[in-house]
Amino acid sequence: MKLEPVVKNQSAPRKTWPRWARRGIQENLAVALILLGVVMLVQPFSIVLYGYSFVTVLVGVVMFIIVSKFPE
Amino acid sequence: MSDFNSIADRAAAATPPAIARKVRGLSDRAIAWLFIAPTIVLLLAINIFPLIWTVYLSFTNYASNRPNRPVVNVGLKWYQDILGSPEIWASMQATAHFVFWTILLQTVIGFGLAYLIDRKFRGHAFWTTVILIPMMLSPAVVGNFWKFLYQPQIGLFNYIVSFFTGIPPSSFEMLGSVTLAPWAIIIVDTWMWTPYVMLICLAGLRSIPDYIHEAAEVDRASRWRQFWSITLPMALPFIMLAVLFRGIENFKMFDMVMLLTGGGPGSTTELASIALKRQAFEAYRTGYSSAFAIILFVVVFGLANVYVKALNKVKQR
Repeated sequence: MKLEPVVKNQSAPRKTWPRWARRGIQENLAVALILLGVVMLVQPFSIVLYGYSFVTVLVGVVMFIIVSKFPE
Repeated sequence: MSDFNSIADRAAAATPPAIARKVRGLSDRAIAWLFIAPTIVLLLAINIFPLIWTVYLSFTNYASNRPNRPVVNVGLKWYQDILGSPEIWASMQATAHFVFWTILLQTVIGFGLAYLIDRKFRGHAFWTTVILIPMMLSPAVVGNFWKFLYQPQIGLFNYIVSFFTGIPPSSFEMLGSVTLAPWAIIIVDTWMWTPYVMLICLAGLRSIPDYIHEAAEVDRASRWRQFWSITLPMALPFIMLAVLFRGIENFKMFDMVMLLTGGGPGSTTELASIALKRQAFEAYRTGYSSAFAIILFVVVFGLANVYVKALNKVKQR
């Protein structure tokens, strides 16, 4: 009887981190928020958008700082 | 090695016995901390503490011309005022206009100059030095002499424009016109800082190995193809670095514009930093101006993060 060696795939990552929360996606979202905030800050059309610009940039910056520590 | 030993021996011999005794008992880690401690203390005192203090002041009614007035917490009032103020909004738009056009012009002209200088024609070293002169001048000097150049009666700029277009020189005022003043400051900044962009782009162009171009020539790639497929992609991280540096600097631009137009006519050239200075040192609204400074800081910090991410992506390619 020939025994087949049991090979464990040790290089496969453990699925502990949800896909949606991975660094790439979240970082892109943070970058989009920062850029949106800056556009809102300097656009000449609506003062309401200008009013919400800083909050948008701030959320983007804080999110960027946090998610840049997430795994790839 | 023998040289090193002798230097080490000499240093050990020259160390006063009292200090040597004290240092001998310290670990490597402690000695490393001892060396970097002055820098860290300086950094904390000059950068970190003022930043934290500004954040604190932005929530208070503190005014620097009334130091004895009781400091009251006003919460987010200043942030709400700034983000609802049409004047500050206008200054943000003026800043964006200034930053966008200066960066665009400086990058295009700077890269063009770098591309020409990189060809190593006869006298290229001399011309490189000549081109770099504006960058070496103080912004105060540049602001003052461009003020003279822009004079409608005696200014050279108006005469040059008149020579090429036929418009009478005294018929337009670069610094006094609402439509021309924003372009006047863009021209001066471009004149002054294009050499800087050129220098960084030149470093990028010089870092491209010759054999890549030689291989492309062997493959009969045209000059145009070589530029788009080799030169530009390989110089792109350097161009992006130049854009980052100039973008951050121009977002904070103050001195040159203050000397040229003082924010006028009206508030056409009142950039964010000039508006900030007016609130802080003319109206003495320290809390308000602190909140304004924090808003500008967060925006620049956010943009710098985005840019560094883009730069890393380009470098990885």
